[in-house]
Amino acid sequence: MAHIDLKQPILDKNDQLARELRQRFAENHVFVVDLLASPGSGKTSTILATIDALRDEFNIAVIEGDIASSVDAERIKAQGTPAVQINTGGACHLESAMLKRAIDMLDLERLDLIIIENVGNLVCPTDFDLGENMKVMILSVPEGDDKPLKYPGVFQAAEAVILNKVDTMPVFNFDEEAFTSAVNQLNPQAPIFRIAATKEQGVSEWAEWLAEKIRAVQ
Amino acid sequence: MHELGIMTGVMDAVEKSAREAGAQKVLEVTLSVGEMTEAIEDALQFAFEVLSESSQLCSDATLKINMISPKSECLECGAVYTHDRFHMLCPECGGFATQLLEGRELQIDSIEVDLPDDAESGADADKSGVSDDELGQ
Ligand SMILES: Nc1nc2c(ncn2[C@@H]2O[C@H](COP(=O)(O)OP(=O)(O)O)[C@@H](O)[C@H]2O)c(=O)[nH]1
Ligand SMILES: [Mg+2]
Ligand SMILES: [Zn+2]
Ligand SMILES: [Zn+2]
Repeated sequence: MAHIDLKQPILDKNDQLARELRQRFAENHVFVVDLLASPGSGKTSTILATIDALRDEFNIAVIEGDIASSVDAERIKAQGTPAVQINTGGACHLESAMLKRAIDMLDLERLDLIIIENVGNLVCPTDFDLGENMKVMILSVPEGDDKPLKYPGVFQAAEAVILNKVDTMPVFNFDEEAFTSAVNQLNPQAPIFRIAATKEQGVSEWAEWLAEKIRAVQ
Repeated sequence: MHELGIMTGVMDAVEKSAREAGAQKVLEVTLSVGEMTEAIEDALQFAFEVLSESSQLCSDATLKINMISPKSECLECGAVYTHDRFHMLCPECGGFATQLLEGRELQIDSIEVDLPDDAESGADADKSGVSDDELGQ
């Protein structure tokens, strides 16, 4: 019998390719945001509102990975922003190889910001580095204030938390204090942005915070 | 959720290393899995059972998983502390600026394999093609 030491990361291939992508993003001065959230939480709506707020200053493109919504790329293109749909073939998360194929279809040199709409899933995408500058998670009010306790990983992996659909707060008895304190425990450094993506509420604060990050890589 | 996919990657890497070492059987695979990842121990075990069944090299192998509990460092007071998935705040000073040191591992640590000379010295007489001379050290 023999013992063989491997000390090999399981997601080696994904991580290696993610590092190559990160390098390419840096060389082209493009900032990449990976959006994580449940289906229906308002990822596409948030992307559309963010584009509206930032399009005057930055060249933006969107990569659509959410299987639940092949119409999303069309919604974004209709606003005049380049969008590439990734065919995930039913996968529960995006991996860097899938992202690379989409990235290869974009003109990185002229872009400042790429927003990735990951597969609607609060579990898997957390573990997969895509070479992005940051992951941001969106929770919508109707999903409930207890989600940080059920899905701690995604709240921990995110650099910022967007609380969407705040206009529905009275209807859903959302305990914002409990939510905020749970998020602070999980991820003390992450800001929480309260928005209503479809009502142009709170979006400018989030967009300005993001704009600062984009400017920093230019 | 994607434990089967993760384990497929593990099996590929394990079989490659075992083959490179000239192993005939993999006996044990040891992983380190951080508790801050989304990989679930039982689901990994189950995926391993399913996949090893159809792998010639790994059909008798067992999977050992070392779960790594989260450990962070406080960037304000320097305290290093273990915690659970839910509480990242520094227990010493209540500091917000903390950095995770351990708990996100997803690693193949090592494998135990049967090399041809093991089989020779054992009861297996089926390895007539392998002589002691050829094996070297
Ligand atoms: N009331 C309200 N509805 C919203 C808001 N944001 C999104 N929605 C609605 O939620 C549904 C799902 O939004 P969508 O952006 O497609 O979610 P996705 O699946 O995460 O991309 C749509 O019907 C949106 O109109 C919001 O801030 N307030
Ligand atoms: Mg969508
Ligand atoms: Zn997955
Ligand atoms: Zn401290």
